[in-house]
Amino acid sequence: MGFWTRYGSGVRKAAPLAVAVGGFGVSFGVLAHDAGMGSVAPVVMSLTTFAGSAQFAVVSVLTAGGGVAAACVAALLLNARYAPIGLSVAGALHRNRLRRLLEAQLVVDESWALSNQGGGRFDRGILLGAGTLLYASWVGGTTIGVLTGNLIGNPNNLGLDAAFPALFFALLVGQIRSRRTVVAALAGAAIALVVTPFTKAGVPLIVACLACVVGWGSRDERGWTPSDTAEDIP
Amino acid sequence: MSATWASVIIVGAVTIGLKAIGSLALQDRQLPPRLNGMIELLAPVMLSALVVTNTFAGDHKLVLDPRAAGLGAAAISILLRAPLLVTVTVAAVTAALIRAL
Repeated sequence: MGFWTRYGSGVRKAAPLAVAVGGFGVSFGVLAHDAGMGSVAPVVMSLTTFAGSAQFAVVSVLTAGGGVAAACVAALLLNARYAPIGLSVAGALHRNRLRRLLEAQLVVDESWALSNQGGGRFDRGILLGAGTLLYASWVGGTTIGVLTGNLIGNPNNLGLDAAFPALFFALLVGQIRSRRTVVAALAGAAIALVVTPFTKAGVPLIVACLACVVGWGSRDERGWTPSDTAEDIP
Repeated sequence: MSATWASVIIVGAVTIGLKAIGSLALQDRQLPPRLNGMIELLAPVMLSALVVTNTFAGDHKLVLDPRAAGLGAAAISILLRAPLLVTVTVAAVTAALIRAL
């Protein structure tokens, strides 16, 4: 299938996500505006950073009076996961360096998950199609949020903080393809929970990458040795 | 420069770098095929870590609050094969209702 067919497929796959992400964008715009960040800065941040959790962290740290350094550290730890994520999609992106740099900016958790083909492969068309639509809805939502803030009130009263994990959970279910993916996901969750009390937010996401090794070392349906199969025979 | 603009510029610049560093570092080289088995697992690992940290993480501690009820409601919704937007809405409404009680 050609690139544009895959691109269109990425746009269609991302359509329901884009509605949710647009809603999150509105919430970010409202919270950032209420926090005194003005109308322009939150939109510029969505245009350049395009990573929800880090942007919410900046608003929350600045609102709490934590200062620039604390806000940046919080956001960058949350975005550190994009280094290993970027490595995983490297083989799928355009070979030209400037194109790679630009295409990599459309990688967010959602577009990355949708483009995962299994076997360590990612589909460039789906990644860019989904990424473009999600980028437009995130920036558009932020713009609506900073302009209409006072009409909506505090988005956290609407259960926004519970909407994030629900979205990630729905994406996770789509990633469960084999016994190994189940083992890896459970190990990742366990590691993240164990590390959370001792580190800043974002660090547990990096440490959880160790679960890839755990899952990789676990037995899979395809990887079962003959002796394992023999035990199943009465 | 205001704290807002300093944060926007620093976080934006470093995030652009973080997103690009993996693919720029590799350039034309491919990752060793042996690593494919592990890279395949990175998405489920990262998403499940995002689920639990966004649900149970407090300030340097684990907490059980209305977000957990929201996640439970989302799980039921997914089991019933509800569309994504229904799942997300059910989670948000559940947490909001519990807070309002």
